[in-house]
Amino acid sequence: MTIGNRPTPTGALAGSSAPRPTLVRHHEPAPIGAHVERNPGTALDLDVVRAIRVNRSAVERRAATIPTRRTVKKEWQAAWLLRAITCMDLTTLSGDDTPGNVRRLCAKARNPLREDIKAALGVGHLRITTGAVCVYHSLVQTAVDALAGSGIPVAAVSTGFPAGLSPIETRVAEIKSSVAAGAQEIDIVVTRAHVLTGNWHALYDEVKRFRDACGDAHMKTILATGELATMTNVARASLVAMQAGSDFIKTSTGKEPENATLPVGLVMVRMIRAYREQTGHIVGFKPAGGIRAAKGALDWLALMKEELGSRWLRPDLFRFGASGLLTDIERQLEHFVTGRYSAAYRQPMP
Amino acid sequence: MTSVADIFETMAYGPAPEGDAPVREWIERHQLGTFGHFIDGAFTRHGATFAVNNPATGQLLAKVTQGTEADVDVAVKAARNALPQWQALGGHGRARHLYALARAVQKHARLLSVLETVDNGKPIRETRDLDIPLVARHFYHHAGWAQLLDAEFAGFTGAGVCGQIIPWNFPLLMLAWKVAPALAAGCTVVLKPAEFTPLTALCFAEIARDAGLPAGVLNVVTGDGDTGKALVAHKDLDKLAFTGSTEVGRIIRRVTAGTGVKLSLELGGKSPFIVFDDADLDSVVEGVVDAIWFNQGQVCCAGSRLLVAEGIATQLEEKIRARMETLRVGSPLDKSIDMGAIVDPIQLDRIRTLVNAGVEEGSQMWQPSWAVPTDGCFYPPTLFTGVSPAARIVQEEIFGPVLVSMTFRTPSEAVELANNTPYGLASSLWTENINLALDIAPKIKSGIVWVNSTNLFDAAAGFGGYKESGFGREGGREGMYEYLVPTWKKHAAPLVDPAPFAPASASANGFEVPDIDRTPKFFIGGKQVRPDGGYSIAVRGPGGHTIGEVGDGNRKDLRNAVTAALAATSWSRATGHNRAQILYYIAENLSARSAEFALRIDQMLGSGGAMEVERSIARLFTYAAWADKYDGAVHSTPLRGVTLAMNEPLGVLALICPAEHPLLGFVSLVAPAIAMGNATVVVPSELYPLAATDFYQVLETSDLPPGVVNIVTGGRNALTRTLAEHDEVDGLWYFGTRDGATAVERASADNMKRTWTEWTARDWSSAAQGEGPDFLRHATQVKNIWIPYGE
Repeated sequence: MTIGNRPTPTGALAGSSAPRPTLVRHHEPAPIGAHVERNPGTALDLDVVRAIRVNRSAVERRAATIPTRRTVKKEWQAAWLLRAITCMDLTTLSGDDTPGNVRRLCAKARNPLREDIKAALGVGHLRITTGAVCVYHSLVQTAVDALAGSGIPVAAVSTGFPAGLSPIETRVAEIKSSVAAGAQEIDIVVTRAHVLTGNWHALYDEVKRFRDACGDAHMKTILATGELATMTNVARASLVAMQAGSDFIKTSTGKEPENATLPVGLVMVRMIRAYREQTGHIVGFKPAGGIRAAKGALDWLALMKEELGSRWLRPDLFRFGASGLLTDIERQLEHFVTGRYSAAYRQPMP
Repeated sequence: MTSVADIFETMAYGPAPEGDAPVREWIERHQLGTFGHFIDGAFTRHGATFAVNNPATGQLLAKVTQGTEADVDVAVKAARNALPQWQALGGHGRARHLYALARAVQKHARLLSVLETVDNGKPIRETRDLDIPLVARHFYHHAGWAQLLDAEFAGFTGAGVCGQIIPWNFPLLMLAWKVAPALAAGCTVVLKPAEFTPLTALCFAEIARDAGLPAGVLNVVTGDGDTGKALVAHKDLDKLAFTGSTEVGRIIRRVTAGTGVKLSLELGGKSPFIVFDDADLDSVVEGVVDAIWFNQGQVCCAGSRLLVAEGIATQLEEKIRARMETLRVGSPLDKSIDMGAIVDPIQLDRIRTLVNAGVEEGSQMWQPSWAVPTDGCFYPPTLFTGVSPAARIVQEEIFGPVLVSMTFRTPSEAVELANNTPYGLASSLWTENINLALDIAPKIKSGIVWVNSTNLFDAAAGFGGYKESGFGREGGREGMYEYLVPTWKKHAAPLVDPAPFAPASASANGFEVPDIDRTPKFFIGGKQVRPDGGYSIAVRGPGGHTIGEVGDGNRKDLRNAVTAALAATSWSRATGHNRAQILYYIAENLSARSAEFALRIDQMLGSGGAMEVERSIARLFTYAAWADKYDGAVHSTPLRGVTLAMNEPLGVLALICPAEHPLLGFVSLVAPAIAMGNATVVVPSELYPLAATDFYQVLETSDLPPGVVNIVTGGRNALTRTLAEHDEVDGLWYFGTRDGATAVERASADNMKRTWTEWTARDWSSAAQGEGPDFLRHATQVKNIWIPYGE
């Protein structure tokens, strides 16, 4: 990490320095809003991959204290929830998706928050939209059309989502089709067997091939951590996926028995940090699946801020994959504005 | 005013204050914030008071009464008066009370959390998530021990009236650790909370009263060190428990010497935090945060000495510095901070002084770039690198958020550095190699070892130190014994030390051929060694004539004996089976010579020799039997993992044998001591030493490794004093006079050696009093090893 480690002059012992009543930070790790170079990937470095050690119990202890060590209240909570909206991949991935419900979703992505709430928050001038809309390939075109002019990218789940076990050529072709249809982001799935059997070459080759197929579209690599059995596997798969050129690493499809959890997220973001330390390249993170409550979203933001810094609180480096989360955030924001507990039916449904 | 739109850009953490209005109201309700003591079920009228401040703001919270000797006396009397009825209530009755206390703590959890935070300065996150839940957990757990007392501690009874003195770093938690086992055991309590932080103890006393705890069972007397002194000096206590500095612990050990008050001390530490090169370093960093930046580092078991494998030191220190940058220090009532206020300006000064000393000694200090608030007692997290074991900041307990980092080359060097301290409270070791972890854990001299974790606490596991970190355990079965005494001892008669036989008038032998002189030497390091001083003492039989002579041991003989014992510590690693085999072999060889030993005892005592030899053989069998059966435990702590309670030998154990039984007294001490793996220095009965000296040949023929048993004869008092003052002696058992016991306990304070003294009569012939697990408990100390697992 490049978090600054400026030594304090030995004469200036604490308590005798700046007369500030509350804690003040003198710097942030990286300029907010600065353009991030895409991760070009590296060669497969098995020495680094195999040297990884993850202690599950210790990871769980740390993860458990992130929500208890950090909380935001009042204006801060409202601002953080707004930020969560902008980092959201508003998602529908159902067998019964139709152009109709996808268009509705896209409309919600453009206007995720009621105008009166925005006004009351004093953010009417801000462009608050979700980070993206995420759909299956067959609905990419619908979504692209529905979002035209909004600047909101369409993400497509691809490569035989969710199991990822269709023929490799088919999966590569699927990526290309989605990109051709206008998807700017591709969420791929990996072959879990490569991880479970320790076949890191195969995993690397697979992900790299997908990345090549993505072209200019950004690639989020879904590790399906709920099917990877161990934290060490999660960490190693994260690192290989980054070495193979992933722009984001993502926890879950939402279809595995276990969704995104803070411990798994912690392991993955630590790998993002390690990869940056080793290569200088920056990779984003996307937890997905099971994130339905506003409080849960704040915990994820706190995890990112604590482990990677505030730079990772922007949609170019952080996304939630969620479908039901937005409604709860809207309710919480209305509560902040009115002081009354709001009902879900008051929020325009996606 | 910060707008939502602004924060949306900065994504800063805002203030998240916990309200303290209910706490201020609670304080107001008590004579407008002026507190008396809590004695016999009610608050007393306040006396002379002192101020209690909020360290985060410097503002006055309340005034509490400075306890006088008279106050302490009234409280002890109340506890004494309540004792018979409290004991008569029985286990189940007391279990109901403890259960009610646990529930009451939960019902008032937030009041207690906030009160603790404003009084102590520790973050509300800690009081809310750790201190107070653990308090409730302790009362629940000990409700269970009260319920099971008769069944699980048969033959034991509550010690009686307990004086308890607790520190300011975990005010209510330390109260719970002390009060819960005491009440479960059937004791009543006078508790003195720390001067800086008396409020939660007063609040708890009130909550306990409202929960129906009978008057006089729990009394709280507030005050400073003088009040504590008055409590320690009170003549009507049966038990004293103290948590605090080693310095004060030593004073208490000296003051209570020879009073017969049962004592447990939980003292300071400079606990090692060992990181091997295969550890999960990101998790290690969080471990460091939990070790030294928990409660601002004001934790007796804080991992304050970071020992890192040399090859990864730079990398780890870099990671720690990065993490330090993201720690947040501020108002303890803020729910988004990691570190609150130091408890008092006095403590803050101490931290500054030691940090300055570290800088002056040439160690590299590093602190984060941000500044701490200046209008309260705040100190930033601090890391020293490039330190050497000789540095003051390595030697001394800082009791603040200051970590010192050193490197090691090999696992054995890590152990050496870890043990290179007078303290032995806790340790933390990090490796992903289970073989390494389980090899190192038993080698570290500390009462607690956390593997890949740190600062885990639970009521089901014992907490307490080795070496100068004190003795006794709090929590678990081992903790209950601190408040129990063998029932028979409550009625033990005073011991009458046998008097020497008067010399007979010299009788001429004429010109008979004399017996060959058999003046025994000492038995040191497996060899018979001539006394350094060259003096001998006559041993007289009942007729008054000399039946033999023994060497008169001196300081140097004991020094040599202790050195020999230290060289024999590999005995502690012998298997239980192996030690049993040798004890059986000793019994076998004694049996082969039983007639000779019986005759020898008869010569010294006049009669009873045959019986004593038989009982000694049986006793050796008892401890041979125990050698592979005195099992530790796996405690049921709330953890995915195991918490192993291992019984470890004390090390070098000095044994001052009871005077009245030449052989049985000797065997009754030596056998349990060596069965548990101790190396011993034994002073046999001064008047009747010849059975022990005859025993050399039994030991020599029994495959006992040299140095495990060393025997020095001579004047009991002088020999005892030298052993009690020897810092390489880890424990000392003394069966003799009250004066002798007083001297032992007073001298033991210097290295906090474990002592077991007795000046009441004990029926050495009976199995109930002469042998059993009580001896094994005194021969061992419990180490709790926490091993979380999961892949």
